[in-house]
Amino acid sequence: MADQEITLMKGNEAIAHAAIRCGCDGYFGYPITPQSEVLETLAEQKPWETTGMVVLQAESEVSSINMVYGGASSGKKVMTSSSSPGVSLMQEGISYMAGAELPALIVNVMRGGPGLGTIQPSQSDYFQACKGGGHGDYHLIVLAPASVQEMADFVDLAFTLAFRYRNPAMILADGAIGQMMEKVVLPPFKPRRTEEEIIKECPWATTGRIGGRKPNIITSLELRSEEMEIINLRIQAKYREIEAKEVRYEEYMLDDADYAIVAFGSAARIAKKSIEIARSQGIKVGLLRPITLWPFPTEEVKSLAGRVNGILSLEINAGQMVEDIRLAVEGKVPVRHFGRLGGIIPDPDEVVEVLKSSF
Amino acid sequence: MTREEIIEKGQVVYKKPALLNDTPMHYCPGCSHGVVHKLVAEVIEEMGMTDKTVAISPVGCAVFAYKYIDVDWQEAAHGRAPALASAVKRLWPDRLVFTYQGDGDLACIGTAETIHALNRAENITIIFINNAIYGMTGGQMAPTTLLGMKTATCPYGREVSLHGYPLKMTEIAATLDGTCYVTRQSVHSVAAINRAKKAIRKAFEYSMQGKGSNLVEIVSTCNSGWKMSPEKANKWMEENMFEFYHLGDLKDTGAVK
Amino acid sequence: MTEEIIIAGFGGQGVLSMGKILAYAGLMEGKEVTWMPAYGPEQRGGTANVTVIVSDDPVSSPILSSYDTAIVLNQPSLEKFEPKVKPGGTLIYDSYGIPEPPKRTDIDVYRIDAMDAAAEMNLIKTFNMIVLGGLLKIHPVVGIDSVLAALRKTLPERHHHLIPKNEEAIRKGMEIIKKL
Repeated sequence: MADQEITLMKGNEAIAHAAIRCGCDGYFGYPITPQSEVLETLAEQKPWETTGMVVLQAESEVSSINMVYGGASSGKKVMTSSSSPGVSLMQEGISYMAGAELPALIVNVMRGGPGLGTIQPSQSDYFQACKGGGHGDYHLIVLAPASVQEMADFVDLAFTLAFRYRNPAMILADGAIGQMMEKVVLPPFKPRRTEEEIIKECPWATTGRIGGRKPNIITSLELRSEEMEIINLRIQAKYREIEAKEVRYEEYMLDDADYAIVAFGSAARIAKKSIEIARSQGIKVGLLRPITLWPFPTEEVKSLAGRVNGILSLEINAGQMVEDIRLAVEGKVPVRHFGRLGGIIPDPDEVVEVLKSSF
Repeated sequence: MTREEIIEKGQVVYKKPALLNDTPMHYCPGCSHGVVHKLVAEVIEEMGMTDKTVAISPVGCAVFAYKYIDVDWQEAAHGRAPALASAVKRLWPDRLVFTYQGDGDLACIGTAETIHALNRAENITIIFINNAIYGMTGGQMAPTTLLGMKTATCPYGREVSLHGYPLKMTEIAATLDGTCYVTRQSVHSVAAINRAKKAIRKAFEYSMQGKGSNLVEIVSTCNSGWKMSPEKANKWMEENMFEFYHLGDLKDTGAVK
Repeated sequence: MTEEIIIAGFGGQGVLSMGKILAYAGLMEGKEVTWMPAYGPEQRGGTANVTVIVSDDPVSSPILSSYDTAIVLNQPSLEKFEPKVKPGGTLIYDSYGIPEPPKRTDIDVYRIDAMDAAAEMNLIKTFNMIVLGGLLKIHPVVGIDSVLAALRKTLPERHHHLIPKNEEAIRKGMEIIKKL
C-alpha cells in the first residue's frame, strides 16, 4: 500500500498533496470556508523543507492572485485556491493573467451566493468561471472534478494545459467535493523544474536577463488599438485551438438512453444515482458529464439532440450551463434545467421526479 | 553622424547608464521620474545585477518604466506590485527584486499590499515616488496631497473636513518590524541626487543580504500636475513638501545586524 | 455490496471520526468509500452528521435521499433520519439522548446504551467506538481487524496506547446492542 499511496482524504487535502507531488513551485492563498484545508494541509506538510515549494498566506485574495501573477510571470508553476467570494475578489488579477498569457492554477471550491451567501456547496460560479468573470475577452481552461481522485489528478492536468497554452486554468469544484473524503491514489512525485528547465520551457518569463538576453516584459497593457487588436486576435486563435483539442467529457449509460442528464462535478455524481433509480423504474436515462466546462463539449451535446427525446441540465444553481446546452442543440430537443439553490444539494429521488415530470 | 563620432574619445564628462535605453521617455519635462530611473539603472549596473534583476512597474505615470530600463519587468495591476514582488523574491531568492510605485498606487489602492509585504520582511525594495498628486490621470488628489493643495478633485484645496489628512506611509513603514531600511530622499539638487542614489544602493544591497524589506521614498515634483514651471516646482517642493515630508533616514537596522 | 449509512448526533460525540474510522477500515479492505460530512459551524453541542458509503463498486452520489442504516444519537437526528431509512433497513439509536423512541415498524430498530456503557467503563471518549461495535455486530460492513488497523493509521502515534481501550469499546458495543 505504501508504494501505491492509496489513502482516504478530503478533496481539499488531495489538491494540496497533488500540488506538492506535481512539482508546484508556489502556493499563495487566503483562508475561506469550504476550502481552507488546502492551505492548512500545505502548512502541515511543510513542502518548503522537502520539494522547496513556497507556501504563503497572503493578506487577501487580491494579494494572493497578484502573487500568483508575479510568480507565473517568472515562469514558476504557481497556484492559489479560494471559494466563491474570494474568487470574485481575484477577478481583476485573473483578467490580467489572461491578458498577459500566463500559466497558473486557480482552484474555486464553490459555495452558494450571491454575496456572502452560504458556506454550503453550490455550482453557481459556472458563468463566472466559463464566461469571463473579469473584464475583457478571455477564457480560462476550466476543469470540473467529480471525485476526490479527480481533485488530485486535475492539479497536474491543469498545470499541463496552462503551460501548453500559456493560459490560466481553473479547477471548479464545490464544497461537497472539497469536504468529502474518498479513496485516492496520489500521483507519484515529480521534481520541481530546475532554473535551466524553466528558462528553456518559458523563454518569455521574467527570470532576470540570464545570459545577457534581451529584457522580457510581462504586461497586458498596449495603448495602441491596432496593436491591441492583433494581441486579442492572437489570443482568440489560441482559444479556438483549445476548443478544437482539449474538450474532455465522460459518457455514462447513454447508449440506449431515451433521455440524457448533462451534469458536472458533484451534480454528476447525484445524476448517476438518479439514473440507477430511474432505470430500476424502466426509464432509460444516461449522463453526459463535461469534464472541461471551457472548452465546453458542444459537439457532444449537439449529437445528443439526435439520440434522446429530452435533456435535463442538472446543476446546483439557478440554470447556467443550461444556456450552453441550449446553444449546442439549437432547439432540436427539449432542454430543461433543475437545480437547488442556497447551498441545498438536490437529492437523487427528486431528480428522478423532475425527469418524469419534465418530458 | 553618430553620437560616438560627435563626441571625441576622452572628452566624455557624463553619460547615462547603459541600462537606460534610448527610448524617448513619456515623462513631462522637469518630472523627477527620469532622474530616479537613471539612479535605479546606475545602481543595478554598478552592483552587477543586470542579468539577475526582476522589476515590477505600477499603474500610474511609471507604468511604462519597463520601456526605459533594460531589465526584466512585470507590469502589475494598480497597487499590487508588492504582492508580485513578494512572490518573485520567494520563488527566486537570488534575484534583485524591487517595485517602482507612485503615491496613489502605493499609499492608496495598494496600502494593504504595501504594508503586508513590508511587514512580512520580504527581501525586496520599494521605490516610492511621492509627488502628492495623480499624474497620469490628469492631476487628481492623492493620499499624500498636502492640506490646502489644489488638485482636479480638490479644486478649492485639500480640506480636513472633506478629505482627511495626507498619509505619511514612510513613517508607518518605519514602525513595522519587517522593514530594515526606510528613508525619505529627493532629487531636486545634485547633492540630493547623490544621497538618493546611495539610499537606493543601500536598500538594494540589504535586500540581497536578506535583511528584510526596504522603502525608499523620493519626494518628487509633478510640475504639470502642480501647474508650475520645473524650477518653480522644485522651489515649491522645498518650501512646502519638505516641511511635511521630512527628508532623511527614518530607520536603518541593516548596518548593526 | 453497497452499504449507505448516515451517522448523526451532537457535535463532540465523535460522529465524524466514527464515520472516518469506518470509511478508512473499508478502504483498507480494498472497498470504495465516501465520507460526506454536513459541514459548517458545528460546535460541541450543535448537530453533526456524516454519510458513509462502503461499496464493492464505485460510489455514485455522496448525497443520498435514503439510507440502508441510520445511526442516531440525539432526538433531532432521530426525527430527521428515521423517515429516511429504506424499508427493510436498519436504525440504531442510543436511548440516552432520545426520550422518544423510534416508531417505524417496517425497519429493524436496534438500541444501544452506549453512553451508559461508556460511563460505566469510565471511557467516555470511546463512546463512538461502542456505537461502531454495535453496527459491526449487526452489519459486518468491515472487519474488526480493519477497524483496529484504521485506528493505527489515523490516530497520532502518541494516542496508539489507547487502541486496546478502543478495541474493548468495540467489543462492548457488539455485546450490548439489542434488537427491539
